[in-house]
Amino acid sequence: MSIWEYANPVKFMRTSGAALPWVVAGAAVCTVTGLVWGFLTPEDYRQGSTVKIVFLHVPAAMMAINIWVMMLVASLIWLIRRHHVSALAAKAAAPIGAVMTLIGLITGAVWGQPMWGTWWEWDPRLTSFLILLLFYIGYIALWSAVEDPDSAADLTGVLCLVGSVFALLSRYAVFFWNQGLHQGASLSVQPGERMSAVYRYPLYLTMLGFGLLFLALLLIRTRTEIRRRRLAALQAREMRA
Amino acid sequence: MIALLGRDLRLAVRAGGGFGLGVAFFLILCALVPFGVGPDTAALQPIAAGILWLGALLACLLSLDRIFALDHEDGSLDLLATSPLPLEGAVAVKALAHWITTGLPLIVAAPLFGILLHLPPAAIPALLGSLLLGTPALSMLGAFGAAVTVGLRRGGLLLSLLVLPLYIPTLIFGTEMIRRGQEGGDMGPPLLFLAGITAGVLAVIPFAAAAALRVNLR
Repeated sequence: MSIWEYANPVKFMRTSGAALPWVVAGAAVCTVTGLVWGFLTPEDYRQGSTVKIVFLHVPAAMMAINIWVMMLVASLIWLIRRHHVSALAAKAAAPIGAVMTLIGLITGAVWGQPMWGTWWEWDPRLTSFLILLLFYIGYIALWSAVEDPDSAADLTGVLCLVGSVFALLSRYAVFFWNQGLHQGASLSVQPGERMSAVYRYPLYLTMLGFGLLFLALLLIRTRTEIRRRRLAALQAREMRA
Repeated sequence: MIALLGRDLRLAVRAGGGFGLGVAFFLILCALVPFGVGPDTAALQPIAAGILWLGALLACLLSLDRIFALDHEDGSLDLLATSPLPLEGAVAVKALAHWITTGLPLIVAAPLFGILLHLPPAAIPALLGSLLLGTPALSMLGAFGAAVTVGLRRGGLLLSLLVLPLYIPTLIFGTEMIRRGQEGGDMGPPLLFLAGITAGVLAVIPFAAAAALRVNLR
């Protein structure tokens, strides 16, 4: 029993099909409970009710970065071991990651308007997220531009590797260029630097919920991609016959 | 490799527009900026460094698709791929040829355009140094983008979408270096970062670009 067995599309389809309802249910329960719980938390003494947007903002931002890392791992697996499911998973993950980045940016703007007095500020964190969004857009555009699926997987895989290096480089380069308004990490192992427990526990729940939500969407989209590939294979066979 | 470099340079010169067009574009951009933001020194001086770098970036971008597209169409790219010269080397040479035909003329012309944009004379060495260090990275990253999009029918727009985000670190450190030169600050850190990025790009990107080319020639 090893993880590589799931590189077999049949095996992947069977297992993911069985797991999907549970993942969807878990994502729904965690996200809805976390968001409702977050909505019922008391108002912050400085930020008022705007603090509650953190339950959307932080999980979305976290997933935006983690999805890129997942795409990087999936691209590496494809480039090294040539497992098609891996390439299709990377393809399926990209639009979800782009939407998560967009949610992070938009919720940040909605929060920033009353708090910082501006919708947008060229702050290192905001700027690196905008750059991340550009990388997502480029990646998705390249997938849709190349017709041959294997070539597309190869090219986007290489782009993902190069893009990861440069996304990371840009993320630290922008510190050089402007000092920021954005507060530091919302969660920390240091007890003094954390937000209070009232906000922290619902936040953990929404983060788990967003993780499961991503997993559910990823499974659904990957299954769609596999079915689309099968359909294309069937059509090709029919054309030949 | 030298033969390939000579061939690419000759093609660029004789086909026309190789040397001149990028600089002409640069000039037009620098001439348009004062119309956009107003002609006074107070408005132009703070943004001169950024405009010069953006101009260099866009002028470089304009000629990127020529790196591989023509060779791909007439089949000489296939010959290059099957020749004893490693494809990585061919990519590096083509990027070098691109740099000589677009980067180098831009650097030569940049002090002149700096004066047009009221860049103080004290910042000219920083401008030259940053362009000299940064533009090879632009050409090499551009060669990667061109290699990825070479087989595509409408690769031009996609090429800029893929390549411009990769230019961000170079742009940041390049303009930072000029800004510090202008204000008499310490140019060391951005200079080292810029040199580091260029060195890293020159070392690694030929492999990525060659890998992309092999996929496209398959």
